[in-house]
Amino acid sequence: MFFDDLSSFLAMGGHGQYVWLSYGLAALIVAINFIGPALTRKKIIKDIERQLRREQT
Amino acid sequence: MWTRLKRLYHKMGSPKWFYQISTLCSKWCMAVGSVLMLTGVVWGLAFAPADYLQGNSFRIIYVHVPASLLSQSAYIMMAVAGLVGLVWKMKMSFVVAKVIAPIGASLAILSLLTGAIWGKPTWGTWWVWDARLTSMLILLFLYFGVIAIYNAIENDEMANKAAALLAIVGSINIPVIKYSVEWWNTLHQPATITLSKKPTMAPEMFIPLVLTIFGFYCWFAVWVFARARNEVLLKERRTKWVRALVQARQHKSQIGGDA
Repeated sequence: MFFDDLSSFLAMGGHGQYVWLSYGLAALIVAINFIGPALTRKKIIKDIERQLRREQT
Repeated sequence: MWTRLKRLYHKMGSPKWFYQISTLCSKWCMAVGSVLMLTGVVWGLAFAPADYLQGNSFRIIYVHVPASLLSQSAYIMMAVAGLVGLVWKMKMSFVVAKVIAPIGASLAILSLLTGAIWGKPTWGTWWVWDARLTSMLILLFLYFGVIAIYNAIENDEMANKAAALLAIVGSINIPVIKYSVEWWNTLHQPATITLSKKPTMAPEMFIPLVLTIFGFYCWFAVWVFARARNEVLLKERRTKWVRALVQARQHKSQIGGDA
C-alpha cells in the first residue's frame, strides 16, 4: 500500500477533497446507470402483468 | 455461406433473439467488468504511487480517462448504429442507438465534472474555454440533442431517422476532440495512452488505468443491454413470447412465495 495509514489515505496529501469528490460522482453516475433501467424494467413488467390479468377476467 | 450470413443478419434484427442473447452477455460483462473495476480502483487509489508533479490528485485519472474515452466511443457506436439503421433498416440497430444516448450523456457529464475537479488543484482553475474542454461540452450537447429528438418526435420512425442523422453529422466532433490537444495550445495534457507508442506512465500507474478502462467498457455493455431489453419488452408487449416470459416469471415468483 502506498499510504502509511487510513488518515493519510483519506487526506490524499491534501488533495483528498478533489479525489473523493471525483470518485463519489463516478459512483453516483454508475449507480444511476445500473438502477435506472432496473426500475424501468420493473414498471414495464408490472404493466404487462396487469394487462394479462385484465384479459383473463 | 451467403444464406448463413443472411440468416445471422435476420437473427440479429430479431428482438426476441436479441433479448435472449443479451441477457446472457450481460451476465458475463457484469462479472468481468466488476472484477476489473474493483481491482483497478483499489489499485489506483491505494497502491499506485503518487505523481511526482501532481501528487495524489492524479488518481482522478482512473475515473476521468475511462469516462472520457467511453463517452466518445459511445458516440461513435451511436452514430454507426444509426447509420446501420438508416441504410439496412435494421430495427434493433435504432434501439441500440436510442439507448446509448442517455448513457453517453451521463459519461460526458462525468468526464467534464471530474475534469473540472482535477483542473482545480492542477491548473488552478475549474474551467477554461479551450479546444479540448469546449469540444467535450459540444459532445454533451450533441447527446442532449439526440435525447431531445426522441422526446419531441412522437412518430418512432421519424424520431429514429432524425436522431440517426444528427448523430452521424455530429460525429465530426470526435476527431476534433481527439486532436484538439495537438492542433491548439491548451492546458489539457496530451493523450495518456496511445496505441502506437509505449506508455509514458510507470506500469504500476498504467495497469490500473487499463483495468478501469476495460471495466467501464464492460459495465457500459451491461447498461446498453439493460435499456435495450426494456425497449424490446415495451415494443413487443403484445407478442406471444413476451407474454409467456412474464407469465413464467409470475409463476416462478408464486412458487417462491409459497415455499
